[in-house]
Amino acid sequence: MKQSIWGKILILIGAVVGALLVGALLLLIAGANPLVAYRAMLIGPLSSRYGITEALVKATPLLLVGLGIVIAFRSGILNIGGEGQMVIGALAGSACALALPDLPGILLLPMTLLSSFLAGAVWGGIPGWLKARLSVNEILSTIMLNSIALQLVTFMLRGPLIDPQEIAYGTGFPQTAQLPEQSWLPRLIPRTRLHWGFVVALLLAGLVYVFLWRTSLGYRMRAVGAQKEAARYGGIQVENSLVLAMALSGGFAGLAGMVEVLGIHHRLLDGISAGYGFSGIVAALFGQLHPLGTIPAAILFGALTLGADMMQRAVEVPAAIVLTIQGLVVLFVVGSDVLMRRPDFLKRLLGKRMMPIPEETSQEEVPS
Amino acid sequence: MAEEPTPILKMENITKRFPGVLANDHANIEIYPGEVLALLGENGAGKSTLMNVLVGLYRPDEGDIFVRGEHVEIHSPSDAAALGIGMVHQNFMLVPTMTVAENIILGMDGLAFRPDLDKVARRIQEIAEHYNMNVDPYAYIWQLSVGEQQRVEILKLIYRGAEILILDEPTAVLTPQESHELANVLKVMTSEGKSAVFITHKMEEVMEFSHWVRVLRRGRVVDVKKTSETNPQELARLMVGREVLFRLEKEASEPGDVVLELQNVYADNEKGLPALQDVSFTIRQGEILGIAGVAGNGQRQLAEVITGLRKVTGGHIYIQGDEETNHSPLRMIKAGVSHIPADRIGMGAVGDMAVSDNLAMKGYREPPMADGGILHPQLILEFARKMIAAFRIATPSPATHIKFLSGGNIQKAILAREIDACKGLLVAVYPSRGLDVGATESVRKRLLEQRAQGRAVLLISEDLDELITIADRIAVLFEGRVMGIVDSHNADIDALGLMMAGVPKQEAIAETSG
Repeated sequence: MKQSIWGKILILIGAVVGALLVGALLLLIAGANPLVAYRAMLIGPLSSRYGITEALVKATPLLLVGLGIVIAFRSGILNIGGEGQMVIGALAGSACALALPDLPGILLLPMTLLSSFLAGAVWGGIPGWLKARLSVNEILSTIMLNSIALQLVTFMLRGPLIDPQEIAYGTGFPQTAQLPEQSWLPRLIPRTRLHWGFVVALLLAGLVYVFLWRTSLGYRMRAVGAQKEAARYGGIQVENSLVLAMALSGGFAGLAGMVEVLGIHHRLLDGISAGYGFSGIVAALFGQLHPLGTIPAAILFGALTLGADMMQRAVEVPAAIVLTIQGLVVLFVVGSDVLMRRPDFLKRLLGKRMMPIPEETSQEEVPS
Repeated sequence: MAEEPTPILKMENITKRFPGVLANDHANIEIYPGEVLALLGENGAGKSTLMNVLVGLYRPDEGDIFVRGEHVEIHSPSDAAALGIGMVHQNFMLVPTMTVAENIILGMDGLAFRPDLDKVARRIQEIAEHYNMNVDPYAYIWQLSVGEQQRVEILKLIYRGAEILILDEPTAVLTPQESHELANVLKVMTSEGKSAVFITHKMEEVMEFSHWVRVLRRGRVVDVKKTSETNPQELARLMVGREVLFRLEKEASEPGDVVLELQNVYADNEKGLPALQDVSFTIRQGEILGIAGVAGNGQRQLAEVITGLRKVTGGHIYIQGDEETNHSPLRMIKAGVSHIPADRIGMGAVGDMAVSDNLAMKGYREPPMADGGILHPQLILEFARKMIAAFRIATPSPATHIKFLSGGNIQKAILAREIDACKGLLVAVYPSRGLDVGATESVRKRLLEQRAQGRAVLLISEDLDELITIADRIAVLFEGRVMGIVDSHNADIDALGLMMAGVPKQEAIAETSG
């Protein structure tokens, strides 16, 4: 019934190859050598300490957002608001760190992380509440809240929270002052950007697994996600479960935003979410909506993102082509998922193509 | 109606199996031009399946179909349409954002690239006037009431030249006035030699709409009657069946304290129409109260108000002396109510969760299965193993997703969980429906066991024999009202049939004994 792990890896490689073949056409049109480009893209992230650590750096927010997505989707509610929840979390966390510059790191770091989690939870909880009480479509409300959050953060960065130095020099770049150093997430490996946030994300993945499968609350949420009516019949308050799921989901996204700030940029700036709020969904889905499966999925997509950047530098093609190839890879890889879940699908697909000719003509006869 | 030598439609020995279910068992159908045939049967009797075979949605495992005397193979709804057969499904197949005219020609063969919609509209108008139907061809579907949408579905079939119309429980969504209009449309159609198959489980509709009636039970056609030569009571009896599968030993009951009391309970259904009206009864310890009635007369709503899944609009519910009116399902569970729901896989079990997780649905909140919010998987598994053994649930393992089990085994799992958690009242809704003889027997034995242990049991069933065998008293529901409560040991099946058709108890008893 289920395929071996090797079969899955084979399908995965096949999907990536398919995407790259289509992408090669684009590269040729752009006048670049696909072989050189792909060498940079595929070998680059794996060939150096820099590449590997950088891939994990990119995997960290993907994993954190993905964990939130796992909780929401398992509970039967779709959270498309990762972007907004990320920036709101980063905003709250940064504000907290800037407001308490004299606190020792051992207090300040947990406090900033907690405030980012709570802010994200509120931002996620709102659509959860709207869905539970007023049946507002959560896809609409989360997407709308994305816009509101992004504008809110832009406003804060250009006004109340702008770096005083930016005003002093008159440059006015929308970013906050550097956060107090004791709040930064320490580097995991010296002279790389890989920080402890990655370890935190790994631990949280384990925690989410325990939460969903080893606590009554998690049981309740999974039951609601799998069959609302049955959960209600079993005495579970479906509405509360939905709000909680969205709040937790938003909290993880908020945390992802703050971990980016504390681990990489050390200040809040525009565009910190960098699309992680959406690609986190891809990572979670590709990880079979399992917290532990999301770990390799996030690393894979982290490496792909990095590889695309490296390719751009190697062959100097327009960024749009790189984004397109990245999109193709995601599309093919996610599309190949159906082959993993339903191994017979490939056979049926091929079977249709190879259908005997009489059958095909008879099909054509029907409309005439 | 004059009978002609060749039926316009004949289905012979149609057999259709689904995993674990025999939906149609050598069913035969015959219909002549200008006739309306009613297919009468309980939910799950195989009516819709049989008609879905006819329109090509399902392929029969056995059997033949003849249209106008010719043997045909129907592979798809378009094959059926080419033969002049069309079906109005329970869920309408209309595009809400398109107009009536657009919907009617949607997907038709041989349309022009840009169809002349005004011409189509005029033709629709003609047909509608001919059948006394009031439809605006330019209206959007979303603007129409459900009854109007149904008219569009019927118009669509006539427009496309259907000679045989299949209507799947068409009146379920209609007001009485709309039903009446539908009856008129059918009259005009049959007077022109068109035919119709009318699926229903309501006897009155059979009497109003049809010329012939075929009664289905467990996938088989159990009887054929000319509508003018039968009556609702006889049909009710044929539909629910009176064959006795087996006899169970029922010990004398010594009812104790009152466990459940309903006082003048009223409740609405999803559409806001009254579903329960002035329902009052009590059940005592060690007693089984049966609820008889044709499906759709308020049984589901009755179970739901007692289990907290539906709010009452009037009246009171007491459980073990405490008022529990309109409390949450969790409160009702804590008050001691267990519930075996009619919808096993939709409500009674979470299909995509393990058998063990499903068995834990009632106990996961508290020790021993959980402690301070942390689950104990080992103890959950242990409990599951115990239940699987005690109730003989056939499952490959406790970790198997429950949706892969047969209906009977899913029901055993639900039964195991609910009986284990039962602290006073067990509400069992159609607990043996769709089960084979063995599983049915074990379900009934468990219910009697609960009675012997002093629990109160509310048993809602469509099977009069089951009720007479198991229950101590039987209340008959008709249109949400209790027609009367009779003792099962001197219950008369004919009197029950009358009450199920809406005759009050005193009259029913007087009529059958006199």
